[in-house]
Amino acid sequence: MAEHILLRHRDIPGLDELDVYLKHGGFEGLRKAVTKMSAQQVIDEVKASGLRGRGGAGFPAGLKWSFLTPGVFPRYVVANADESEPGTFKDREILESNPYQFLEGLAICAYAAQVRTAYVYCRGEFWDLAQALEWRIDQLHQQGLLGEQLFGTKYALEIHVHLGAGAYICGEETALLDSLEGKLGQPRLRPPFPAAAGLYGKPTVINNVETLTNLPPVLTRGAAWYKTIGTEKSPGPKIFCLSGCVVRPGNYELPLGTTFRELVFDRGGGVPSGRRIKAILPAGASSTILAATDAVLDTPMDYESVAAIGSTLGSASVIVLDDSVDMTWAVLKTSRFFKHESCGKCTPCREGTYWMLHIAERLHAGRGSRQDVALLETVARQIQGKCLCALGEFSTMPVVSAVQNFRADFEQHAAGER
Amino acid sequence: MSAQPVTLTIDDVGVTVPAGTLIVEAAKRAGIHIPVFCYHPKLEPVGMCRMCLVEIGRPRRDRATGAPVLGADGRPVVDFGPKLETACTTPVGEGWVVRGLTENARAGRREVLEFLLTSHPLDCPVCDKGGECPLQNLTIAHGPGKSRFAYDEKMHLAKRVPLGDLIVLDRERCIQCGRCVRFQEEIVGEPVIGFTERGRKMEIVTFSEPGFDSVFSGNTTDICPVGALTTADFRFEARPWELRAAASICSHCPVGCNLTLNVRRQPNARGQIQVQRVMPRQNEAVNEIWICDKGRFGHHFASSPERLAAPLVRRGEGLVEVSWEEALAAAGDGLRRAQGRIVGLGGGRAANEDLYQLRTLIERLGGSAALAEWMAGGDLIQQFGAGSQFDFGRLGAGDAILVLASDLQEEAPLWWLRIKQAADRGAAVLVAGARPTRLEGHAAQVLRHPPGHAVQTALGLLHALRGTRDLARFRGDEGVRQAAKFIREARELAVLFGREGLDEAGTQALACASAELLVASGHAGRPGSGLIAVWPKANTQGAWEIGLRPPPGGLHSMLAGAGAAVIVAADPAGDDPALGEAVDRCGFVVVQELFLTETARRADVVFPAQAFTEREGTYTSGERRVQRAYPAVPPLAGTRPDWRILADLGAQVGLSLENGSASALFEAMAADVPSFAGLSYRALAHVESQWPIVGGDDLYYGGTAYRNEQGLGIKLPALAEQGPTAAVHWIAPVEAPSGGKVLLVPVERLLDSGTTLLPTRELDPRRARPQAMLSRSDADAWGVADGDEVEAAWKGRSARLAVVVSDGVPAGCVLIPRSVGVPLDAPAAGRVAAVRERA
Repeated sequence: MAEHILLRHRDIPGLDELDVYLKHGGFEGLRKAVTKMSAQQVIDEVKASGLRGRGGAGFPAGLKWSFLTPGVFPRYVVANADESEPGTFKDREILESNPYQFLEGLAICAYAAQVRTAYVYCRGEFWDLAQALEWRIDQLHQQGLLGEQLFGTKYALEIHVHLGAGAYICGEETALLDSLEGKLGQPRLRPPFPAAAGLYGKPTVINNVETLTNLPPVLTRGAAWYKTIGTEKSPGPKIFCLSGCVVRPGNYELPLGTTFRELVFDRGGGVPSGRRIKAILPAGASSTILAATDAVLDTPMDYESVAAIGSTLGSASVIVLDDSVDMTWAVLKTSRFFKHESCGKCTPCREGTYWMLHIAERLHAGRGSRQDVALLETVARQIQGKCLCALGEFSTMPVVSAVQNFRADFEQHAAGER
Repeated sequence: MSAQPVTLTIDDVGVTVPAGTLIVEAAKRAGIHIPVFCYHPKLEPVGMCRMCLVEIGRPRRDRATGAPVLGADGRPVVDFGPKLETACTTPVGEGWVVRGLTENARAGRREVLEFLLTSHPLDCPVCDKGGECPLQNLTIAHGPGKSRFAYDEKMHLAKRVPLGDLIVLDRERCIQCGRCVRFQEEIVGEPVIGFTERGRKMEIVTFSEPGFDSVFSGNTTDICPVGALTTADFRFEARPWELRAAASICSHCPVGCNLTLNVRRQPNARGQIQVQRVMPRQNEAVNEIWICDKGRFGHHFASSPERLAAPLVRRGEGLVEVSWEEALAAAGDGLRRAQGRIVGLGGGRAANEDLYQLRTLIERLGGSAALAEWMAGGDLIQQFGAGSQFDFGRLGAGDAILVLASDLQEEAPLWWLRIKQAADRGAAVLVAGARPTRLEGHAAQVLRHPPGHAVQTALGLLHALRGTRDLARFRGDEGVRQAAKFIREARELAVLFGREGLDEAGTQALACASAELLVASGHAGRPGSGLIAVWPKANTQGAWEIGLRPPPGGLHSMLAGAGAAVIVAADPAGDDPALGEAVDRCGFVVVQELFLTETARRADVVFPAQAFTEREGTYTSGERRVQRAYPAVPPLAGTRPDWRILADLGAQVGLSLENGSASALFEAMAADVPSFAGLSYRALAHVESQWPIVGGDDLYYGGTAYRNEQGLGIKLPALAEQGPTAAVHWIAPVEAPSGGKVLLVPVERLLDSGTTLLPTRELDPRRARPQAMLSRSDADAWGVADGDEVEAAWKGRSARLAVVVSDGVPAGCVLIPRSVGVPLDAPAAGRVAAVRERA
């Protein structure tokens, strides 16, 4: 792709300065929304664009907004900047280098949702970015782009930045809401969904940073233009976070539907020389691990196609593993991560992640048996379908898929052959 | 209640329940067990433990018409989801098919249990909960026979983490169900404990200083589904299966909480059978399944080694132990010598049977019997009291509750708890007081008045209701008018009055004004409304029913002028040194007591009475519910129940009083006392099934509170329900005492140093001390700060008190706890000065 739509700062130096951003059409999308469109028209335009949530679930953004319980105010919009999935670093780049486009997108979403107070929930480690965001919000106030009477209308908006305390679970939207309310971050029971009872029990929209960053171009250039990018069901650009055993890791903004092969080999330069690609985790640690067959490499990275091969696109955090990687090590890493991040609210996740880690440690250290390989898989399956939120489910995906697709790695350990 | 009925099938049983009912509850109502840990019927569902997983099938519906799709067999097609679902968070649906017994659902239960047990220490052999443990029971019913978890990989955590002085946490045993946290947050509204950390490190911690600062803390041990929370009192003391259970009634306050006393033969008490722990016994109309920590822990007095175990007779300066025959003969002689100039004094701590027997004995000897507590209004309660259908649990939106001159959480905690919950349901709680109390946090309207001015506030409300000119001088402000609006518009109205800042005349005036409020607002005689006195003792209302009243001329002149006095369950000399002097002036004094009280020390004959744990009896609660207590332990050798002592005394003076059984005495009383007409021990033992189900096989569901199988008691109707009563007229308030520099006001503290609470050592750190609570401005003016010592002086008396500066205390007023050894029982004008230690 010649032009960056989300990582626009790569084309325009200094885009994190407000005057530069404004010079390049900044806040025209918000101006158009607030001065020329009704809230419903904005929702309709976003629906027409086919924009899907970039946080992982891929839920259509406009449709999500239309679920807000009508007539109940105040409402809230929350930007989910808790980017915590291992291998995901796209929101960080947006917040660092193209922050005003994100803030404009947040304001557009707030206008569409008829919200006067919006929050940015940043992961605890983003303290520097959170501080910078607050400074930028001040700048917007000084320019009259936030606060009362925006663009001379009656619309008013305040944006507040809230820093989390470093828990992965707070990326889960209902745990995020509890954390934002000052409580221990643990997922809520659903229903009610946030669109009905979210922050402080009020109708709430929660969108990912990248999703919101798509909004200014959707409004300025129109839904029809937007749909020319990507695939029919997964339109638009996507930032793919490429990491692991690749020559050029990093963020790549490409149309949805780009193949794994293009990302990993054409953009990322393939695996270091002398090695062969072994596996791909398409969505960070929360992935079914795919054996990197030709069929997989030629799969387009859009929500439907990745699901069709038994995995998920998620936040598109593509982690590449080459043949030097022992899959018991990979499973040890993901298990340790999920055990550390399990919030503890529901039994299967709290106890199951702890148990899986212990089996994985045993196997990796060569203290396990073939029965332990089987046990690891059954414990993972025992977690499945029982958890309160998706975290527990995610924790099992790399485990089950690794044992199934790379059983030899595990059995070698079990037999003490490694 | 008018929710649409929904019919579904659970484990092949057809069940019809109101729409909105959760599947677990629908199952329980049909007698089907769906195992749960985190779910509790009194708490909001959270779906944390995942134990209640079931298969749920929903009828397929035609997308266009919404009509159920029928299969080839003509029956609705039911689609089951791909996953198990939590029965505790899912409300029922019409035509649903719920399956908990399929292999899939059973596997779900087995697997969740296997997970839970991977972390659980399995120390059942030394665990207090073993034998009544939901985790143990459900593991046996649903769990895997053995675990595949490597035992050595178990996480080990602290085994003894005191959350406060009374509750100890075993972190290993905790299964993080959050019932305790949610109880404190949702039911009590005092979120002093909570979760911290994540995953397996997640633990219960206390946020308050002192730790677990809530008088309802013990209830968390009943609903804890494992042995994670234990009480300091019962921890490692006994195994549940060694305990026997006896039904009882709490003797500490007028709520009348239903209790179960668990008793056991004690190896460390010379093999005596003693009360091991006090548990709530379900009575949804009284205490539901909760009790306060005073009721739970305040039982040790009954087994105190300080108890009197032999009669005492005065020989010169001292009292000496004698036989019952000798003591009875001495007492009989003394009573005869008084030649009818006899008075009886009964305390509200005694049972109905004792007080009735006392009145009968004294009246037949030509004397009169009186009530030891001076607070007035019991006659008005008989007329306008809580009606036959009254239940705090039924009050909610559209109802109003007015509380006057009482710090309810300190005086009657379960009423406080139930009023708080009524407020949660939308009832307008109106609190009138001179200082902030915890109830005010749940109030729709707070009416602040100067100390001692509760009557003025009540009359202000009456003025707002009636607008008559005679009341014009009590016209209140906008807050009073707003409160009056709530009262006028309320469907049901409860008025509770206490005695804070008032003397006897003040309580009389407050009772009249309160009763008139009910009349003026049209609530008098409504079965669901009524007047409740926050009495100082458990059975004060019973005394009034039986005809005991505070003596018209005051206790002092009654005692000082009597030829002989029989004092039962009262310690006037301990309450007030002036009354001690009156006791000394009385010609001849007989005291029936548990302990050698100040009054007993001054007596001529002392009889050792039995504790409430050792005997039968009935108590009349402040809501006028007559309830039975049963003997739990064998009586201490040498003691007799008060009513029998009185019968034995009667025999000495030639009177035949009922001395056969408490039940026969009760029947004689029922024939004589109009309030109790038609009642019998059998009627009081009547039970009905209650919701939620607790105890037994269902203890995993409702907790270890005991099922009530021994009687719900009988609620007395108010006379006003039967038609117009004698007119009630407000009386002018008396002015607060003056003449001193400050007004000293005794206030109730739940955990005091009274005779029946002092022997519970576990409560020592939480006990009220001789202290002066005063305002910041007064503290500054007197140059004192927290912890300094002051000397308060009033009516020729004085006491040294520790200063507690509190923003809640009005200036010019010093609050002093009752029953901490400071002889201040009614407000008094006095002086306070800093004590300066000489260097």
